[in-house]
Amino acid sequence: MSEIYNIEPFKNDAIEKAAAESSPVLDNGPSTFLTQLLGFWVTFRTMFKKPNTVQYPEVKEPTAPRFHGRHQLNRHPDGLEKCIGCELCAWACPADAIYVEGESNTEEARFSPGERYGKVYQINYLRCVFCGLCIEACPTRALTMTNEYELADDSREKLIYEKQDLLSPIHQGMIMPPHPMAPGADEGSYYRGEVKGVQQ
Amino acid sequence: MTTAQLIGQDPGWIIAVKGLIVFAVCILLTLMSVWGERRIVSIMQMRIGPNRVGKFGLLQALADGVKLALKEDLIPKAADRIVFVIAPIISATTCFMSFAVIPFTGKVNFFGHETAMQLTDLPVGVLYVLSIASVGVYGIVLAGWSSGSTYPLLGGLRSSAQVISYEVAMGLSLVAVFIYAGSMSTSDIVAAQDKWWYSVVLFPSFVIYAISMVGETNRAPFDLAEAEGELVGGFHTEYSSLKFALFFLAEYVNIIAVSALATTLFLGGYHAFPGLGFTESWLGGWFTLFWFAIKVLGFFFVFVWLRGTLPRLRYDQFMKFGWKVLIPVSLAWILIVATLRTLSLEGAPQAVIVGFTLGIVLIVLAVSSLFDRAREKNEVTARDIGEISTPSFPVPALPVAKARLEDHV
Repeated sequence: MSEIYNIEPFKNDAIEKAAAESSPVLDNGPSTFLTQLLGFWVTFRTMFKKPNTVQYPEVKEPTAPRFHGRHQLNRHPDGLEKCIGCELCAWACPADAIYVEGESNTEEARFSPGERYGKVYQINYLRCVFCGLCIEACPTRALTMTNEYELADDSREKLIYEKQDLLSPIHQGMIMPPHPMAPGADEGSYYRGEVKGVQQ
Repeated sequence: MTTAQLIGQDPGWIIAVKGLIVFAVCILLTLMSVWGERRIVSIMQMRIGPNRVGKFGLLQALADGVKLALKEDLIPKAADRIVFVIAPIISATTCFMSFAVIPFTGKVNFFGHETAMQLTDLPVGVLYVLSIASVGVYGIVLAGWSSGSTYPLLGGLRSSAQVISYEVAMGLSLVAVFIYAGSMSTSDIVAAQDKWWYSVVLFPSFVIYAISMVGETNRAPFDLAEAEGELVGGFHTEYSSLKFALFFLAEYVNIIAVSALATTLFLGGYHAFPGLGFTESWLGGWFTLFWFAIKVLGFFFVFVWLRGTLPRLRYDQFMKFGWKVLIPVSLAWILIVATLRTLSLEGAPQAVIVGFTLGIVLIVLAVSSLFDRAREKNEVTARDIGEISTPSFPVPALPVAKARLEDHV
């Protein structure tokens, strides 16, 4: 270990050689009265360039495709929720922004394939740092992020998003849970993507 | 009939209406110039600037004013209450007063009266403007002092030093104009420029005036009095609400005022651009107002351009420039102008005048080459010293590089 903490100054021949060869200050030629006036030309020329401004509330530019925005709780193609209430997202969260309470599915009220579903799901957007560790932690790909960035509100309560705020909407072929699993399917076939949407 | 005699015939109601018009135009110009400055600086920085309030954001300054008026008016406990209130009033009143002697148009028909759009014509009009500007400094100094706070005091001190220094250079640059026009009355000076503008004839004076007017109005790059990076807000740090709005108003009216003075003294005032003299009789002479406005707005644009381009000067550089460059140069220039003027007025032969001019040119060349040689010498010595690798004073030990662990494995 003692070698690591040696107090000899670190010397790198290559660096010292390079430093000796190059001059420390870039030489842009002599500074004359005209070169000092160049700045005025820069600002004047800029007046004829197109401004970068986006007229935000009226014009919204799309974000980068993988922008970390508001979260979304996804559904299987037949409408059952993907979340199984395992709380891995809450454990992964460095900002302690996620709160999950799981509950067992019953045959009368089934929200997700398999044993458990997320009964309470809250994300506090005053704490969330949009790091995406929760998405990495999710074993069923139930939690993903959208590109939605307009997350401003006028009270702390409104910025705690509940499960109904985060759940993805019911799309074509989905049925609002609770409803039983597709005939003959178990949770394995759901995870393998063998269950398709309901024909209407 | 001179302009002074023309204005002297005005009945009382015309004087009152003129005063009202000058005041209204100043307020309106302030509102527009705040908007204009923000828009111009914006497009120089590839932004758009205020465009929400009213068409093209034209009412932005009005909205800001209303917002300021509705804010809480704070007076710090340590402040000298009376002076604290008086200071912005001094600033805001003096800035309007210099417009009284600015000639906006030539002879026009004003509601059936022959008059000129100029409130009054003093025989010492330009001196009056200078003195009013000096009184305006009291507003800033007193504001800084009465705030009972450190940064405003520093801002006020800086401002007073700045304005006093640059007023000297400004006054000296005007002397050449007085010598050539043979008068200190603004209308006479404008009338004397119907052939050649003084910005051409007296170009060095014009340059010196243009520089010192930026210093005089505390504008970038000479805005050391309110250097927000160093002094928070400078002299107006402790001001809020309408008192702050008064300072704001004063700053912009001052810009327009010095621009108007520069137009009057150097750019031929309300006279048309060279070759367009026939337009001066359009609309019964009222068209001259357009030329005057164009020139003033041109100056205003330069003010904004400077602000968009140049960083703020360091205080000692600024003072050094004022005292060691501007004032000596204007003194030398006045000597030359006075000599030339006297030579031509006394009817000296052409050869003497040409010889004198050539002599001056030779002296300037010789002095500037001396300066250049001294600078080159300094540069050579600086290069010879080179880089010193080990300083002669004790320095803390450099952190040990831990990155080369692989060497020890």
